[in-house]
Amino acid sequence: MSTRIFGSGIRRREDPRLITGEARYTDDISLSGMLHLAIVRSPLAHARIKAIRTEAARESEGVTGIYTAQDLDLNPIPCAWLLPDSDLKTPDHPPLARDRVRYVGDAVALVVAINRSAAQDAADLVEVDYEPLEAAVNPETATQPSAPQLFDDVPNNIAFRWVVSSGDEALEKAFGEADIVVQERIIQQRLLPTAMEPRSAVAQWNSAARELTVWCTSQNPHIHRHILSAVTGVPDHKLRVIAPEVGGGFGSKIPVYPDEALVSWASMKTGRPVKWTETRSENYQATIHGRDHVEYVELAARRDGRVVGIRGKVFAAMGAYLSTAGPGIPTILHGLMYSGAYDIPHIRCESIGVFTNTTPVDAYRGAGRPEAIFLVERLMDKLAHQAEIDPVEVRRLNLIPPFRDGHEVATGLTYDSGDYGAALDKALQKAGYGRLRAQQRDAAKQGRLIGIGVTCYAEICGLGPSQVAGAIGFQGGLWESAIVRVSATGKVQVMIGASPHGQGEETTFAQIVSSEIGLPVEDIEIVHGDTDRTPMGWGTYGSRTTPVSGAAVTLATRKVKEKARRLASHLLEAAAEDIEYEDGRFFVRGSPDRFKTIQEMALMATVGWDLPEGMDPGLEASQFYDPPNFVYPFGAHIAVVEVDRETGAVALERYIAVDDCGPHINPVIVEGQIQGGVVQGVGQALLEGCVYDEQGQLITGTLLDYAIPRADSVPTIELDSTITPSPHHPIGVKGVGETGTIASTITVYNAVIDALRPMGVHQIEMPLTPPRVWKAMQSASGTGGPTS
Amino acid sequence: MKVSITVNGTRYEREVEPRVLLVHFLREELGLTGTNIGCDTSQCGACTVHMEGRPLKSCTCLAVQADGRQVTTIEGLAKGEQLHPMQDAFWEKHGLQCGYCTPGMIMSAVALLEENPEPTEEQVRHGLEGNLCRCTGYQKIVEAVLHASRSGG
Repeated sequence: MSTRIFGSGIRRREDPRLITGEARYTDDISLSGMLHLAIVRSPLAHARIKAIRTEAARESEGVTGIYTAQDLDLNPIPCAWLLPDSDLKTPDHPPLARDRVRYVGDAVALVVAINRSAAQDAADLVEVDYEPLEAAVNPETATQPSAPQLFDDVPNNIAFRWVVSSGDEALEKAFGEADIVVQERIIQQRLLPTAMEPRSAVAQWNSAARELTVWCTSQNPHIHRHILSAVTGVPDHKLRVIAPEVGGGFGSKIPVYPDEALVSWASMKTGRPVKWTETRSENYQATIHGRDHVEYVELAARRDGRVVGIRGKVFAAMGAYLSTAGPGIPTILHGLMYSGAYDIPHIRCESIGVFTNTTPVDAYRGAGRPEAIFLVERLMDKLAHQAEIDPVEVRRLNLIPPFRDGHEVATGLTYDSGDYGAALDKALQKAGYGRLRAQQRDAAKQGRLIGIGVTCYAEICGLGPSQVAGAIGFQGGLWESAIVRVSATGKVQVMIGASPHGQGEETTFAQIVSSEIGLPVEDIEIVHGDTDRTPMGWGTYGSRTTPVSGAAVTLATRKVKEKARRLASHLLEAAAEDIEYEDGRFFVRGSPDRFKTIQEMALMATVGWDLPEGMDPGLEASQFYDPPNFVYPFGAHIAVVEVDRETGAVALERYIAVDDCGPHINPVIVEGQIQGGVVQGVGQALLEGCVYDEQGQLITGTLLDYAIPRADSVPTIELDSTITPSPHHPIGVKGVGETGTIASTITVYNAVIDALRPMGVHQIEMPLTPPRVWKAMQSASGTGGPTS
Repeated sequence: MKVSITVNGTRYEREVEPRVLLVHFLREELGLTGTNIGCDTSQCGACTVHMEGRPLKSCTCLAVQADGRQVTTIEGLAKGEQLHPMQDAFWEKHGLQCGYCTPGMIMSAVALLEENPEPTEEQVRHGLEGNLCRCTGYQKIVEAVLHASRSGG
């Protein structure tokens, strides 16, 4: 064994079960005597419940019980991100609506039956009398006094008002004295996360032991356990949450929803296992949505292109209730990143969280940071245009210079390390930027519309120091823990609190352990996703699993190795400092023949026959890791598009991504994360948009109506990287789960506007579908309009 | 209604309600949970199987329509421990992340190569447009299919 395994693109260890159909997702679970649950959901966005009639449904075949709010004894679903200094309102979120529904999909009744179809049949027979109310749908207009009110004690539907500022007075002055001020009203359209696996839960109440087991589609089973304990009243040490195979999350499986609590309650009520699985249409109503901002942003600069300030006012939809992390997304994860990759002395973000009669909004891949990079990069392009400087040059002028150990930006964050110019140079070279601009000019002469978008980004990942979590109102820590246990035969179990669901840590973490300790990857098992089998951890989101949990795994493995070294020194009768370790062998320096293998040390530690004074038996270590800082991946992306004059169709011709997430543990997995992220962000730019009508009816309620990228929607993504280790991390890694999504939406958007600018088109609301682009071209006032 | 359906070489005779979809029959009646359900409008392709050797979204077919037919699911693709070349290609090229779309994607890809053994990248992309994946951005799926094509899968 050698350390080469770190950095090697080995095949994933989780794949054999996934490519053969043997993997077990939540809905695949079938337990003896299991009942099925269906949820009756509101078809109206806002209404009073006058009556619920369940008689007909009760008579339906196979029904064992029908329940409404008055039958339940569950606590409200809590919000877990209580922003400080924001006057946050936290109205109750009852698991079943009592007297009022507030969004299409709000749960009003439960049906429990002997199988899935019987439950659904009966659910269709539950009659609810509603008195419709006017709905508030748009987060900006919902704040007007005349707007319908969701909650009596939340004036103007304002859930919170949060501000980060480098200093208002200086900021005003900077804007006042600036040569150039550019502005934009940006709509970050609402998105549907669309993990391919819909949500599902199975609960099993053991009345003899008074224990509850819940299998569910979770990115963070330990958080689910804590919150489900609070909602159901089952003490947390009697509540086990298992996230089996999880089919993607993208943030949508972070929150604790009413549904998991209702399934738990139904199992406790009936004494039998109960399963619920949402359909895709139900998923679009009942699973969180992402984005949905209306933003007013502006940037101030000197004539030479140097940016002096950036500020924004954001109306961010929260939906009808505060979801688990909802308030933290358009604030902490958004406003604090207004500096992007640049040195900007004055920054202010005011974020207004607004209740609307829509599905709750929470973290969706990137969560707040794509929106931040979008506005920064949008304003950079506008500045470049106004100052008549090439968009690359205006960026280069403002980039934070290379730094290896900390750079503080005006929002108060300290970025860890970066060489943003190097990433930009690499991307430009890979794209052939100069040549591209020449091609663009040549094409223009032929009447073709080619556009180029260039983005520099930095992002905050690896959430995060727990002290900071407390200071920003996150109702938990953000550390991770790991146990590394070597058996007598030298096999390793690594128990982690994080909960990967597609990101490949069963492979990459085994690579870390193997590199640290010299045991083969095949002998290392990563155990995750079960609160009874794993130590506490806060889950997989925010590109945090490798930066935080990976650090805990690294340090726990080093502890194990150190113990094995001490044992080897004892058995080899040599001083510990004279013991060297290579390829799985401890040997006395200068005498490679006198060695003990790591497997031998595992056996000797386990039997405990001859341990040094004071050493405990066993070869095992536990490690908590609370990161000293966040990590800040960065990079530069370039998109090339061509817009069809006749149809408005946008063809994404090339996409170049240069990303720096520190050292790559498995470069193939890194590529997969970036490619997937980029395409998801391209989806927002070109295809995706969740639409409600004015009454709060969900228009894009199925996959028929909501377009996510298909295999033929995108070209090959051209990837490269720079590698700048994080200075504070044991193996220097950053995070890579969200980079693509954070950068790609604005890169493609800027490319399209770049193509259309000669026609006088400066803004189009996303997604940039052919009809919208065509309309924008038609109504453009500039020269070079469509040929007649 | 009584149906007789041969799945992965084994003949099953069952009494089913006429409204039962093939995908529910496979998952709930036969316990073959490798075939996943990702939507309710036949967009996502997660439930793709082969019927009489041709790809089929098993949510678009009633179990009674499969009466007397041969169905192959992801569980029937490997020969014992020997992976199908397409399964191996997906593994080799990292053509999957969360794995949920994968069974359907592999079944579609196998059918695609049976129809066109040496497709171009564009033909692969076009051929897989009925299968949605939210994780990979499709690039490594396309690489996997081209890899399988080159290795005679």
